[in-house]
Amino acid sequence: MSEAFDKQESPQVDPLASEKLAAAVKAAEEEFAAAADLDALAGVKPAHLGDQAPLSLARREIGSLPKERKAEAGKRVNEARQTVQAAYDARLAALQAERDERVLREEAVDVTLPWDRVPRGARHPITTIAERVADVFIGMGYEVAEGPELEAEWFNFDALNFGKDHPARQLQDTFYVGDEDSNLVLRTHTSPVQARALLHRDLPVYIVCPGRTFRTDELDSTHTPVFHQVEGLAVDKGITMAHLKGTLDAFARAIFGEESGTRFRPHYFPFTEPSAEVDVWFPEKKGGAGWVEWGGCGMVNPNVLRACGVDPDVYSGFAFGMGLERTLQFRNGIPDMRDMVEGDVRFTLPFGTEA
Amino acid sequence: MRVPVSWLKEHLELSDDVTTEALVDAFVRIGIEVEGVEPLGTVTGPLVIGRVVEIEELTEFKKPIRYCQVEVGDADLDEADDDADSDDDTAGTGDAAEDAEEVDPTRPRTNGIICGASNFAEGDLVVVALPGAVLPGDFTISARKTYGRVSEGMICSARELGLGEDHTGILVLPSGTASPGDDAREVLDLDDTVLELAPTPDRGYALSIRGLSRELACALDVPLGDPAKIEVPEAEGEAWPVHIEDPEGCRRFVLRRVTGLDAGAPTPWWMRRRLLLSGMRSISLAVDVTNYVMLELGHPLHAFDTGSIKGDLVVRRARQGEKLVTLDDAERALDPDDVVIADDSGVISLAGTMGGASTEISTDSTDVLLEAAHWDPPSISRTARRHKLFSEAAKRFERFTDPQLCAVAVERAARLLRQYGEGSIRPGRTDVGEVPPMPAITMPINLPDRVAGVRYERGVTVGRLTQIGCKVAVGTGDDGTALVTAVPPSWRGDLAQPADLVEEVLRLEGYDSIPSTLPPAPAGRGLTETQRRRRTVSRALAEAGYVEVLPFPFVPASVWDEFGLPADDARRRGLTVRNPLEADKNQLATSLLPGLLETVQRNISRGFRDLALFHIGQVVLPGEGRAAAPDPGVEARPSDEDLAALERAVPAQPQHVAVVLTGQRRRSGWWGEGETANWADAVQAARTIAEAGGVELRTEAADLPPWHPGRCARLLVGDVAVGHAGELHPKVVEALGLPKRTVAMELDLDAVPLRDSRPAPSISPFPPVLLDVALVTGADVPSADLAASLREGAGELIEDVTLFDTYTGEQVGEGKRSLAYKLRFRAADRTLTVEEATQARDAAVAAATERFGAVLRG
Repeated sequence: MSEAFDKQESPQVDPLASEKLAAAVKAAEEEFAAAADLDALAGVKPAHLGDQAPLSLARREIGSLPKERKAEAGKRVNEARQTVQAAYDARLAALQAERDERVLREEAVDVTLPWDRVPRGARHPITTIAERVADVFIGMGYEVAEGPELEAEWFNFDALNFGKDHPARQLQDTFYVGDEDSNLVLRTHTSPVQARALLHRDLPVYIVCPGRTFRTDELDSTHTPVFHQVEGLAVDKGITMAHLKGTLDAFARAIFGEESGTRFRPHYFPFTEPSAEVDVWFPEKKGGAGWVEWGGCGMVNPNVLRACGVDPDVYSGFAFGMGLERTLQFRNGIPDMRDMVEGDVRFTLPFGTEA
Repeated sequence: MRVPVSWLKEHLELSDDVTTEALVDAFVRIGIEVEGVEPLGTVTGPLVIGRVVEIEELTEFKKPIRYCQVEVGDADLDEADDDADSDDDTAGTGDAAEDAEEVDPTRPRTNGIICGASNFAEGDLVVVALPGAVLPGDFTISARKTYGRVSEGMICSARELGLGEDHTGILVLPSGTASPGDDAREVLDLDDTVLELAPTPDRGYALSIRGLSRELACALDVPLGDPAKIEVPEAEGEAWPVHIEDPEGCRRFVLRRVTGLDAGAPTPWWMRRRLLLSGMRSISLAVDVTNYVMLELGHPLHAFDTGSIKGDLVVRRARQGEKLVTLDDAERALDPDDVVIADDSGVISLAGTMGGASTEISTDSTDVLLEAAHWDPPSISRTARRHKLFSEAAKRFERFTDPQLCAVAVERAARLLRQYGEGSIRPGRTDVGEVPPMPAITMPINLPDRVAGVRYERGVTVGRLTQIGCKVAVGTGDDGTALVTAVPPSWRGDLAQPADLVEEVLRLEGYDSIPSTLPPAPAGRGLTETQRRRRTVSRALAEAGYVEVLPFPFVPASVWDEFGLPADDARRRGLTVRNPLEADKNQLATSLLPGLLETVQRNISRGFRDLALFHIGQVVLPGEGRAAAPDPGVEARPSDEDLAALERAVPAQPQHVAVVLTGQRRRSGWWGEGETANWADAVQAARTIAEAGGVELRTEAADLPPWHPGRCARLLVGDVAVGHAGELHPKVVEALGLPKRTVAMELDLDAVPLRDSRPAPSISPFPPVLLDVALVTGADVPSADLAASLREGAGELIEDVTLFDTYTGEQVGEGKRSLAYKLRFRAADRTLTVEEATQARDAAVAAATERFGAVLRG
């Protein structure tokens, strides 16, 4: 095609004739449009926009035109050139867009493929609910106290007003450890931590004690010999049973929702007097909202305060305790206590890191 | 305790509209747990009293079967036949019966009934369900052919009537209780409910109709008729000589003698019914009466066969080597702590717990000695436990019985024997011992208000204390405080201090009147650093893919053999649980690994092979020569020495963290091959923990079972060894049946020092210079040590040393290893030049060369 614009022949043919320019533009537009992809477009570009393209040659010839025709010819050549350039740019943009779209389309993956190369782990829900309970009480100004699981009988029983031969001492189904005279037991409740706290902390004492406890119950769907409790203790001047009620109501709301609350039934524990069993209002109870047995509580028995060196005429206190397995069992609908102790990963994994 | 509602109501002035539900609510409200509410089963249709006229023994069947003619009256007839009935007692011969089958309009109507029981005789009164009757459990009776006869009804057992569990035979009523044809529903009083009540162990008095009625009277504010209000007549002389040699074990001992008893006299139906509904079998009149009085008044009684007693009775502790055959025919070796009753022949009764066989009343005893005593509750408690004899008597004695009730209970029993057994009460009564008066308790009259956080109305405290039986006086203290002084009633051994009185006021006023307020707790300090770190460690491990498990701390001693521990390994010296649930798992774990590995096995058996588990928990390390815990008493705070000794007696129980990995740590999948967990993952778990605690972990080679001797790292923080990690010994893996190459880590979290401050690093904004070095050393030079020498040698410009490749093989030669490190240098205050960095690198290499003979690899 470039032969048609041969330099030698240019004087004979008027390259600036408007029909010629129009033909060049048309040819360029047609070839650009026909370019199927970016490579094809690049292939035809020099013929219409390169140094040897008709319009480039035409522009060069303008210099040899008579002065009066120069301006008009220049204008026409430029217009033609701009039209071709625009046609090229448009086609380029279109093809690039097409290519980009195609590449993204081709790079599509099956996003449903799994990617659990290192599956996440989980924390045991007993651990996380113990932390949640602790946090509720920390929010009320309490501190978390802990103690040994293997305890001296004095801390587990005597200091807590269990008479040496009182039937209540037998109620606890205690694991005895070591020689007969070692006086060591696996703690039957977390209450020895309360005794230790009263002996070592400055008054007033506001503590919560989560921990592992032991009783000689055979493992079945509702019992486990190794379980967890959380207990609370407040010893201060002027502590009343109303304070106990208020504290447990707040606790219940934090764990079971705003509608929750507690109900007391008189009961007997050696370490509290008066004592009560606590029922909690559980809105999500199976078969409809209702009361569920939750734990025990009461006003710290003055004998306990005395054994721990606290003057019961000046200070009073309350204490309460709940089983965490039981709490979790009804709160999360766990059908079998064994699921919580066997360590089957299928049980724990769904709880993630916070229950 | 099982209690028929009708019996409870007997002593209360209740209006008729008080329902059983109201009684149940009242019990719950004041703290008597109601474990069961069992209405007697409904019986519809004809249920009548029958008299067995004739018994035909059918012998052709596998078990003895009786075909009985039972007189059941006639609903259409009047009760005019009563006189004729009573003649039938002697009409039990076959001939007479055949005669009866002749149509004789003067004979009463009989039904032929098949019966499988044989505890009755001709002439006995029984309960007959006639065709059309429906018994509890929707059991419909119809006339049917069975054992070759037509059975027109059923002779009922107590259980079939819903009157208790006694199914040893059919129910035979004492003669004269009712007449054939009477509606048995009325005779049996089937419109009743049995409550299963569980008073708390401090309230011994509530294990009786007397005590429970009193509780209801208080709860419902109605008058009580005390069944113990019995006139006890003046005695004339002693019933039997008794000497109390152990006044601590026995405060009071009362005897009354009944002679001329009709040994075969039946127990009246009303009494048997109450015993049945209370879950007790009827034995004989004398035994039934003692049981009945125990249930009614709460005071256990014992009846001796007077003729079997030899000489004076003595109350004392048992002597070493003494034995007693108790009523249950068991020979028991007695303990010198057991309180016993003895006569000239030796011990004849385990006091308050169970009588002896030698003086047991038999079916021909006509002379009985009734005993009621007040026993020391702790003694009874110990004896009952020691001999595993948890009798109804021991249950009450160990909870405290009313010492003022001894004479009353004996009198009540003696009168019942006189009334129903034709006995005569001898004029003498033995009543020895001394009961101290109940101690008075004084407290501020507003103490209940102060404890409850409630302003009770005036008079509430005095009113409630009076109601429970206290003698109450009001006064004023030296400082002008209004005081109340209460002397508890004799049956309330549990009332010993003001708090006990406070509870009585609060529970009877109702716990639901206590408001809900929050105490003014001071500002807390949040979690301790230790607690915070434990949470962080737990989260870090979970985020790293580990699943938390909480195995029990009980392990078999054999596990340490499987672990390959040497005989003197401290971990073998775990403490022993004296009463384990599983006999072989009786050791308290000194390591978390046995429990974790067992959990791994459980998961594997359930089809999970890729496991990463962790456990954070206490272990018990008894250590050497620990003294027994002292017993400092509870009257006051223990002395500092005692407290320290107590705390020393409790073994160390550090918080450990352990992990076990098996199978693939990085899973294979569509993305390619996975990676099996190896020793380095176990070490990495320790690093994760150390990082969570903000401390740096060092490792060094170690050789400690149960780990592989060549793949075990000692974990150190500073110079303190805190644990071990690595691959388990192949022999251990084999012994425990674990997957090959199982790896594990355990460290003592308490031994990892807490980082008290974490100063911020200074961050240089200048660019780094990165240089690589590859060093060839002996293959046994630990990479961590080589890295440390590079770091030391490089001086202060070194920012980071990272191992990125290791190589062993031909190119470095036998016994050698090449380690390639990326070194990152940076200056705090300027852009570092390559020359400076190179100098520092050369210094680093020189240090490595000097220490380990490391050679720069070309």
